[in-house]
Amino acid sequence: MSSVDMRLACKPADYKSDIKPIWCPGCGDYHVLMSFTRAFAELGLPSEDIVVVSGIGCSSRIPAYTNCYGFHGVHGRSLALAAGLKVTRPELTVVVASGDGDGYSIGGNHFLHACRRNIDMTYVVMDNHIYGMTKGQPSPTTEPEFDTALSPGGTGLRPFHPLVIALASGANFIARCFSGEPNETAAVLVEAIRHPGFSFVEILSPCVTFRPDEKEWKSLVHTAPVAATNDPAKAARRIMTDDGFNIGILYRGDRRPYRPAIGAASVDLSELEKDFEL
Amino acid sequence: MSSAAEAPKVATVADLLAVAYQIEADAVDRYDLLADQMETHNNPELVRVFRDLARAEGIHRDEIRRLAGDIDVAAHAQRVAKWQRGESPEQVNLGEAHYLMTPWHALQLALVGEQHALAYFESVVATAKDAGVKKMAEEFVEEEAEHVNLVHRLLRKYPEPPDSWSVDDDPPSQQE
Amino acid sequence: MDERDLEERDSVSVAIVGSGGAGALTAGNFLLEAASAAGWQGLLSRTVGPQIRGGEAAALVRLATGRIECLPDHFDLLIGIDWLNAHRFGAEIGVGPNSLVISDPRGGEPPPAIAAAGARVVELPMKEMAKAIPNGRPNMIALGVAARLLGLGVDVVSALLEKRLADKGQAAIDASRAGINAGHEAAARFDFAPRLAAPRPAGTRRWLVSGNEATALGAVRGGVRFAAAYPITPATEILEWLAPNLPKAGGVLLQAEDELAAINMIIGASFGGTPALTATSGPGLSLMIEALGLATAAEIPVVVIDVMRGGPSTGIPTKSEQADLNIAVYGCHGDAPHLVVAPQSIGDCLFTTQWATYLAEALQSPAIVLSDQFIGQARAAIERPADVAFIGQRARATDIAGAYKRYAIAVNGISPMAIPGTRGGQYTADGLTHTERGIPTSGERDHNAQLDKRRDKLAQFNFGAHWATIEGAGDLAVVTWGSLTGTAREAIGRAAEDGVAASLVAPRLLSPVQPERFAAALAGKQRVLVVEQSHGAQFHHYLRAHYELPSDVRVLNRAGPLPIRASEIHRAITQWR
Repeated sequence: MSSVDMRLACKPADYKSDIKPIWCPGCGDYHVLMSFTRAFAELGLPSEDIVVVSGIGCSSRIPAYTNCYGFHGVHGRSLALAAGLKVTRPELTVVVASGDGDGYSIGGNHFLHACRRNIDMTYVVMDNHIYGMTKGQPSPTTEPEFDTALSPGGTGLRPFHPLVIALASGANFIARCFSGEPNETAAVLVEAIRHPGFSFVEILSPCVTFRPDEKEWKSLVHTAPVAATNDPAKAARRIMTDDGFNIGILYRGDRRPYRPAIGAASVDLSELEKDFEL
Repeated sequence: MSSAAEAPKVATVADLLAVAYQIEADAVDRYDLLADQMETHNNPELVRVFRDLARAEGIHRDEIRRLAGDIDVAAHAQRVAKWQRGESPEQVNLGEAHYLMTPWHALQLALVGEQHALAYFESVVATAKDAGVKKMAEEFVEEEAEHVNLVHRLLRKYPEPPDSWSVDDDPPSQQE
Repeated sequence: MDERDLEERDSVSVAIVGSGGAGALTAGNFLLEAASAAGWQGLLSRTVGPQIRGGEAAALVRLATGRIECLPDHFDLLIGIDWLNAHRFGAEIGVGPNSLVISDPRGGEPPPAIAAAGARVVELPMKEMAKAIPNGRPNMIALGVAARLLGLGVDVVSALLEKRLADKGQAAIDASRAGINAGHEAAARFDFAPRLAAPRPAGTRRWLVSGNEATALGAVRGGVRFAAAYPITPATEILEWLAPNLPKAGGVLLQAEDELAAINMIIGASFGGTPALTATSGPGLSLMIEALGLATAAEIPVVVIDVMRGGPSTGIPTKSEQADLNIAVYGCHGDAPHLVVAPQSIGDCLFTTQWATYLAEALQSPAIVLSDQFIGQARAAIERPADVAFIGQRARATDIAGAYKRYAIAVNGISPMAIPGTRGGQYTADGLTHTERGIPTSGERDHNAQLDKRRDKLAQFNFGAHWATIEGAGDLAVVTWGSLTGTAREAIGRAAEDGVAASLVAPRLLSPVQPERFAAALAGKQRVLVVEQSHGAQFHHYLRAHYELPSDVRVLNRAGPLPIRASEIHRAITQWR
């Protein structure tokens, strides 16, 4: 079967499992799930060759809602799980799903090193500027004045700028999307997955329960006025000066992905003990 | 709302049928998804409303398939019925869903969906170069206008809910 | 000294002490290698100060014609190139009235512990002698002295020089040879009776290897093909051996940013079908505990080597203890039974790690291997360990028809695992409690069914005779584990010579417990002597929690850094009436 026919035969519904999500009605993640399945269908990959790896949080529930292989790991460590998996099974398509808490707080260190390592995988962070699963604590991207039970009056702390961090750490593809545009997001995901190396896609995905104010995001998002660049300095300037609602592929790099050789032994195992022999 | 610039281009009658088919098929999926959400979140009244809407859209979808005759509208739709920006017009906005929503809310969403579909076919009428396409688009405009009226009639059965419709005395539940 | 006054011994020992670049450890290594090449068995351990360079150091060497179980109670010979800061580890170097101490008069005073032991102290100006040789080094003088006094012969040591110093150039080789000769000559005037008996003809092939190296090779033999590495004393050498050697076997090692990444990387690799391993010490194991619970709950095999060191917290990184038993067995939150094994000697590191890999894969469980700093970093000349057939091979689900149940309840508790890429086997591995299909649930029936499954798969497995070392007879059982197994064996041997019988029971498998087998091992025993290197007697409490013990139990336990000696165990055995 040719790849074109394969693509025609693949429908997004083929990639959805029969498990009903527990996300609140109105949650942006329903759209993200749609973007995932639309992207997988567009790529025409067999669902058994895709692994969705996640941590802990509302966004991290997504693997079981697809019918690909999935790993719902512990909080903050999805990128490490994915690295071990991809390096040993390079032929699989690995998509990592996380949220702003799981990915930027407890997962922050692994984020830096995943960008640096540039293993071929796609990292999707559903950013809702809040910890949803644990009922509304500030995350590293929450606005400083946002009042919560754990931070009365707001944290007073400047939010992270994850796209800049990704760029500085070596990510090879950086994009920002909005969940409310699932077709656009799907198209970006297709490119991100196709792009070699570490692709980072931040999807602004409103939390209907703890951030009802995020309903206005759909009016705030706008298409990035310029095309993606492969110049990190240019990308840095753009990303550092944007308003946080610039949608599109912002950086496409040329770094070679890290892909160590794995597979056939080059010596007989008995050779390995020669160092010890007297 | 999808503007003409982002909606699929329709050159032939087959294209139009495929797009119309996809609009209805997408609506079925969307209402079924919402029904599933309401089922998971214990709102049986809305399960019924969304299943009914899905069923109605399913009837429209099947009519279009019959209308298309020998043309495989489903396959053709995969090729031509693509919205680059936004979604197809009757895919009601998931962001507006709420676990305590009432039938009035659901029908408001359905109304917007039908109005968007109507606007889309009106734009096809306005820009169609092919006479056959224009004629068929006019028929779809009539059809969608009828749907809009139907939703208005249904809405008369349901009062606008009070301000307290979304009040839940129980706090959110921490899951992990 | 008159040849007739020499006493032929099956075992002799020497400690070489020096600081600030004296090269004591190099001398010790040379001695071990030279003796091993000539056919003797050998054991080398080291003790060092906290500095990165220039610190005080001691090489502790025991040479023998037969198998060496442990370091000696007393070193026959102690050569002090200098004694600067040697008081820090003075107590670790056992010295007795029959020991000979050779001291450089310009190197300061021997530590009080050594002076108080009543040994003979003689002087030799090693630093001065070295200066008289162009590029001369005092450790080569010491090496020559040791070669003479222990009965090795200077040729044995010289032969090694060509090999070891080839890349340093001829001048270095000549200088070292001159130093060895000078030391050899000077030692003639010393009164020293012990002489190492001639080496036995080598019946089998022999290796010179450290416990960490043996551990690493055992892993590769067991099928490990992915390792994630975060360095930590005293485990780093395992990872350093794997870095170039794992790729030769078709595998790969990845350095991780921290232990949290390392443990999760190996879980990810194993989920993808590749047997995987990491190595760490106590502080790293603490960080890995959460993910070990994940691997247990999701039934994903991984091997984690813990080379135990002094604790708690940062503790004493360069010394040995046996105090990670609790965290290894009980560390996970929730009820999370998994495999814990412990090697008993340097050679056993290979077997136990290979076995652990096999068990982890067979039982789809994490396996923690409790090695320790002593066997991890000591080097020994040993008989080449026998090849064993344990290769990690998990039950795989292939040709899947119908709805796949990753965690299907089966008779032996082991449900075949679908590897990504297998059509029809798609499932989401999860730490959340799950149904047989792997779907999260909070229901009582599935939670209990899965807990039963994970407990029973371990409980019903036949671990065979490898679960423990059980030797000897008599109504007293010495119960110990890990690196103290050899020490206990030597003590029991000596007690037998004194007419006191005791048996040795040393579990290699610590989790799951084996109550029936343990009861059989203790059948007829009225007294138990528990021996362990743990301040809180963790092993004793573990035994009491899971096994029946006779009413007469004594515990010989202490924290590091002073290893429990054979003489102490011997005394405990013979003085217990």
